[in-house]
Amino acid sequence: MTPLLSARSLTKQYGGRNGCRDVSFDLYPGEVLCIVGESGSGKTTLLNTLALRTEADSGELRYTSTNGDTLDLRTLSEPRRRLLARTEWGFVQQNPRDGLRAGVSAGANIGEPLMAVGARHYGQIRNTAQQWMRRVELDATRIDELPSAFSGGMQQRLQIARNLVTGPRLVFMDEPTAGLDVSVQARLLDLLRTLTTTLHLSVLIVTHDIGVARLLAHRLMVMQGGAVVESGLTDQVLDDPQHPYTQTLVASVLPV
Amino acid sequence: MNAPDSLQTSNATVTSHETQAAAGYNFAYLDEQTKRMLRRALLKAVAVPGYQVPFASREMPLPYGWGTGGIQVTAAIIGANDTLKVIDQGSDDTTNAVNIRRFFARTTGVATTRHTREASIIQTRHRIPETPLTEKQILVYQVPMPEPLFRLEPRVAECKKLHALSDYGLISVELYEDIVQHGSIATTYDYPVTVNGRYLTSPSPIPKFDNPKLHMNAALQLFGAGRERRIYAIPPYTPVKSLDFDDHPFEVQRWEHACALCGSRESFLDEMIVDDAGKRMFVCSDSDYCHERRANDDAIDDANVDTIDAHATTEPATHAGEHA
Repeated sequence: MTPLLSARSLTKQYGGRNGCRDVSFDLYPGEVLCIVGESGSGKTTLLNTLALRTEADSGELRYTSTNGDTLDLRTLSEPRRRLLARTEWGFVQQNPRDGLRAGVSAGANIGEPLMAVGARHYGQIRNTAQQWMRRVELDATRIDELPSAFSGGMQQRLQIARNLVTGPRLVFMDEPTAGLDVSVQARLLDLLRTLTTTLHLSVLIVTHDIGVARLLAHRLMVMQGGAVVESGLTDQVLDDPQHPYTQTLVASVLPV
Repeated sequence: MNAPDSLQTSNATVTSHETQAAAGYNFAYLDEQTKRMLRRALLKAVAVPGYQVPFASREMPLPYGWGTGGIQVTAAIIGANDTLKVIDQGSDDTTNAVNIRRFFARTTGVATTRHTREASIIQTRHRIPETPLTEKQILVYQVPMPEPLFRLEPRVAECKKLHALSDYGLISVELYEDIVQHGSIATTYDYPVTVNGRYLTSPSPIPKFDNPKLHMNAALQLFGAGRERRIYAIPPYTPVKSLDFDDHPFEVQRWEHACALCGSRESFLDEMIVDDAGKRMFVCSDSDYCHERRANDDAIDDANVDTIDAHATTEPATHAGEHA
């Protein structure tokens, strides 16, 4: 099987320090890969570099598109990048307010990616938006309300619907559950797990929450100081951590 | 507004200006280098229909928002043999139109007119004349905000990128939101269009009633935005499409009324309140069109005569104001 996304020695640094360096991995179709690590370890930088939101300094980044072509993402032209980001990728922000358009209704937020790829039928856009609201367990009758009328957890689900409406194959998530209370987190994680399985999504999740990683991820990458210090199957890494930092990380989880 | 006739006196104004341009000023106020810069921008704008060309907008002797872009474009293209018409909301005798017309009469000495047919350059704010334009005419628009995407994308650099990639999904979001809130596309002016199948363009705040006139118009249409420093153009016979949804097609507004002065049912009507009791009257917004129809056809409905008289007596200041 060819990997969907493949990184080799990917480096992005800010003035020669911080950022992430020398990251290599393969992400296969349908796989959920979790990037864990403490604050400032370069998780978000890595995610942004992978999603082409920031330019990498060096290394290789390849993506296999729907029609089977292998694309060199670092040299891909701007229009192709945008098309890719709109049709095959999704990006869920940590703060739903960054990923949603605050001035327009929930329906317009979900419909925007559709209109961006050429949907011009109001009724159909609206129907699709309502279907997606139901899929992410939102009340579809609230389609005309502004995002600010929804609670934090609902906004996050709205953002997920907006990202999945174009049927992407690869979704980047930057701490999707941070800032939500525990019960809302649990429901959101449940939803994410259902969606990733039913839609056969490949997901890259950045989190500092080991619980999220344990629940969702097939594989895990542990980052410290910008470098990947350990990687492997989730259960393997969490049950038998090898690197001292991973050991500390696993040991610091509060027992319930 | 379409004030009752004052044609006779305006002809007198024309002759008095036919002498000379104002002493101490270059022809059409701007210096020749500035006009050259403007013409270069105009040529580029005509070559790429709908594309916003940046230009070095000058300070003009009127405030931003009063047509500084429009008068710079007019100043760059006007010649001694041109005949200028200036309209504001369709009317020749509102403050903005009167001032700009007088400005060019003084600084160029060219003939001015109120008749759409006689004009070679028509500078306009908020309307396209009802009388069809010809290949020999140029329509100059005053544009407050040339960027149709600015409400949804405040970053200028990002807007440029969206134009470059013709990435216009955003503007549909605005129309979608309109239908959500009002049940139909409620944008009635500055209705976004696609020029020549490529660039998303703001038609300036003309009513959407005028949008169909942009399409395949015989006249050259130039747009100047002074504060935003952009010039763009729609060359003659260029296809212009108003955006819409498949199930909510573009349509223009219609009135139940006919113009109270000329009886036209085809023109864009202004609603005017004529007395303290809230009596209303609908009249053509294009004053020249209305005058011309009345000159051709003196038979006005008897029912309307009263309203006209009432209107004439309520606004005597309009006549006095213009020739003061």
